[in-house]
Amino acid sequence: MALAQKRERQRERRRQTVVETRGLTMRFGGVTANQDVDFALEAGELRCLIGPNGAGKSTFFKCLTGQLTPSEGSVAIRDIDVTGAEPHDIAGLGVGIKTQVPNVFDGLSVEENVWLSARRTHGADRAWAMTAETVERVRLGDIRRRAVGTLAHGQRQWVELGMVMAGEPWLVLLDEPAAGMTDEETVFTAELIREINRTASLIVVEHDMNFIRAIAGRVTVFHRGRVLMEGTMDQVSADQTVRDVYLGHKH
Amino acid sequence: MTRDRGEDARLIALAVLAIAALLILPGTLDFSTAYGLISAIPMALLGLSLGLIWGYGGILCFGQTAFFGIGAYAYAVWAVNFGDTTGAVVCAIVLGAAFAAALGYFIFYGRVSDVYLGAITLVVTLVLLQVMRRTSGPEYKIGDALLGGFNGTGAPPMRVPWDTGTMLIGPPLLYVSLGALIVCYFVCVAITRSHFGRVCVAIRENETRAELLGYDARLYKLGLFAIGGGLAALAGVLSGLAVTRVTPELFNLKNAATAIILVIVGGRGTLIGPVIAAFGIFYLQKSLGSQQTVNLDLVLGALLIGFVLLLPQGLVPAVMTLVLRRSGRRRDFKATRRGRRPGRAATRTGRGVDRDLQAAE
Repeated sequence: MALAQKRERQRERRRQTVVETRGLTMRFGGVTANQDVDFALEAGELRCLIGPNGAGKSTFFKCLTGQLTPSEGSVAIRDIDVTGAEPHDIAGLGVGIKTQVPNVFDGLSVEENVWLSARRTHGADRAWAMTAETVERVRLGDIRRRAVGTLAHGQRQWVELGMVMAGEPWLVLLDEPAAGMTDEETVFTAELIREINRTASLIVVEHDMNFIRAIAGRVTVFHRGRVLMEGTMDQVSADQTVRDVYLGHKH
Repeated sequence: MTRDRGEDARLIALAVLAIAALLILPGTLDFSTAYGLISAIPMALLGLSLGLIWGYGGILCFGQTAFFGIGAYAYAVWAVNFGDTTGAVVCAIVLGAAFAAALGYFIFYGRVSDVYLGAITLVVTLVLLQVMRRTSGPEYKIGDALLGGFNGTGAPPMRVPWDTGTMLIGPPLLYVSLGALIVCYFVCVAITRSHFGRVCVAIRENETRAELLGYDARLYKLGLFAIGGGLAALAGVLSGLAVTRVTPELFNLKNAATAIILVIVGGRGTLIGPVIAAFGIFYLQKSLGSQQTVNLDLVLGALLIGFVLLLPQGLVPAVMTLVLRRSGRRRDFKATRRGRRPGRAATRTGRGVDRDLQAAE
């Protein structure tokens, strides 16, 4: 009886956990970029991954998106084991991904970039309607016919966010979405991310402290490939160890 | 796909022109030109097949002739054994596509990089050339068809599917070849405008992004490569029919290089480019062929160097730029070009700043 209850509780917990890694370790030759990372993301959560340069955030991110296969440990998305899966398999589960360097189709128009995302899961007409809507949401309506290669850096980042949004994901993984943006652009990007969070769980890798405060989620601090601590931004920034390894240098 | 009225209008005009050519040309051309065209059209189709996979999929295949030759041999072997030429054409296309799919499986699923893709495909066609050259002797035969080594094997003339007594030789073959080229061209246009085709273009632009959107790049490239293989195989059939013979020379380096030259001269990223280039080179050959003062290969070589240095984007894109600039759509077009050529954009802006400064003074 007790056992049955325990199982039930476990199942309950699993249902809410949308991303889970166990003992995730990633080595490149002699360098260990991630060591024994146990991580869990609950449905609806907006989680930021922070840490000094070389802390293993981006490596961890790439293990989640299938761009890297972890040396040890496992990655599960909604109870499906995706360790070693290809990026298109993971995206196929309904996961929206934005990489650190803007990955867009430079030779194609803004509209077509977004359309290619919407069209994957929708019929032709529906895809066009969604494209028009999404292009307006990321405020690129005036330049929707321009080739993405001709746009400014911030606009290219928004094109990529638009592509993520047009896929109607339930889980979104973003690597430094505000990198290289002006303050104004960062504010709008934070707005977009909060909007995405209404329908999707998010993991955001970020450097910019003000940006993290603006999107205000829970924070996981990485240090030397391991998870140092988890908590709200206030808790994290009040912690002495975190201040020493990371924030301390900034303040 | 983005609905582009200009492009639609151009395609309709082209279709009308193609049908008019199909109706008028075979009846009015003199004998030697008609026969020359029958040999030129297969090269145009070979160029079209490479234009599709290289221009729209970013797959630089140096050995498009592998499928070209396989198609020709498949046709000859089937036609000799079964006497049914319609089935032979279908067999050739299927075999060409299947061979491309098998080769493509190892290339794309093995994540072979672009440079090695070129090397592998080139080696494949040269290996086939050497193997087929060594098939002389009575022991090398498939069914009743002797492969014939250096001399190759005879390609039985095509027969009308519903009236197998009538052979398609001479002007009727020109109808068939030209008709096949036109149909294939519009099939390629339809492919590049479909969802599949746009995903292939997206993969050419940024493979990582396409995969992160959930598209399996390997599968799409494999599909496009197989379609290209089928088209090249059909070109091989027409080439065999043109001379009623299939020889190992179909696989040779000259043909392999010609396919690439046609795409470079005609313009990568266009489908009509390689076709126009093939007819242009045919015209040059015809007008230079009778005289002895200048070597033809020398002229073609000089032409290629000229194109690579002066018009690297190719004939058709260069003409389109001129026409669009004339018709006042300059701004749109400049916008798309600026991204590709940051250097030029910078000088333009620089000039603009100079002008502003002068105005201020």
